Amino acid sequence: MKPEFETQGTALTVRLPAELDHPVSDEIRRETDRIMGHIYIRSMIFDFSGTTFMDSSGIGLLMGRYRALGMRKGCVSATGVSRHIEKLLRLSGITRFIETGRVDMTGKQEGDNYGKYQ
Amino acid sequence: MENTNEMTMLFDSRPVNEALARVAVAAFCTQLNPTLEEVADIKTAVSEAVTNCIIHGYEGGIHKIQLSCRLRGEEVQVDIKDSGVGIQDVKKAMEPLYTTRPDRERSGMGFTFMEAFMDEVSVESEPGRGTTVHMKKVIRR
Repeated sequence: MKPEFETQGTALTVRLPAELDHPVSDEIRRETDRIMGHIYIRSMIFDFSGTTFMDSSGIGLLMGRYRALGMRKGCVSATGVSRHIEKLLRLSGITRFIETGRVDMTGKQEGDNYGKYQ
Repeated sequence: MENTNEMTMLFDSRPVNEALARVAVAAFCTQLNPTLEEVADIKTAVSEAVTNCIIHGYEGGIHKIQLSCRLRGEEVQVDIKDSGVGIQDVKKAMEPLYTTRPDRERSGMGFTFMEAFMDEVSVESEPGRGTTVHMKKVIRR
C-alpha cells in the first residue's frame, strides 16, 4: 500500500500506508515538499487509520512537517491512531504540538481539523 | 529442559531491510506466544536499532548488519551489530531528542523507544570500530 495525498483548499491529507518507517517517511517528506512547492498548504492531516506500525522516523516526519508549516497551532494533526501509534506519539511528547484523534472521523471530535476533509 | 532457540541473520544496510529485520524477529518470537502489543513493541525497537546502523553507523553506505536473536525461557534477546563509525558518547546519544542528524528530520527518539519497549537495553560502541545494541524482553505467560 502506497501513501495517498489529497489536497482540499489549503489542507493536505496524507493517507499513511500500513507501515510508517524510515524509507516511507523519507518518501512522504519528499512528496509533501513537492506539493508545498506547487500549492499553498496551511495544514496537514495525517490519516493513520490504515497504519499498524510506526517507529521514531514517523515522529521525525510529523515534527518536521510541523516546522515546515510554521509551527502554528493545529497546522498538523493525526487521525485514526491505534493504541500502539498513540503510545508512540505520547511517549515522544509530540502530542503537545499535534492534535491526535482516534478512528472516528465524523467531525464530532474537538479540534479544528477533524472531519473537514471528508 | 529450558526452552532455547537461536537465529542469526546478516544483511546489507539498505533501508528496505529495516522491514525484513523487524518482521524476522517478530516471526521468531511467536514461539513465546507474545501479545500483539508485545510484538509491536519488539518490532519498533528492532526497527530503531537497524535504522541507527543504516543512518548513523554506516552513514548511508552499504555494509553488513548482523542481527542475532535468542530465546531463553521466557526471554527474547536481540543483538544488532554494525562495523560503522561508532558512537563517541553513548550516554549523550541515548538522551531523548538528541540527534546528530536534525537535517534528516530525525526525532532523536530512537534509543528512548528501545528503552521504553524492551526490558533492558545496553550499547557497546567503539569509535571507528562499530556499535552493538543488546536488548532483552521477557514475554510472560
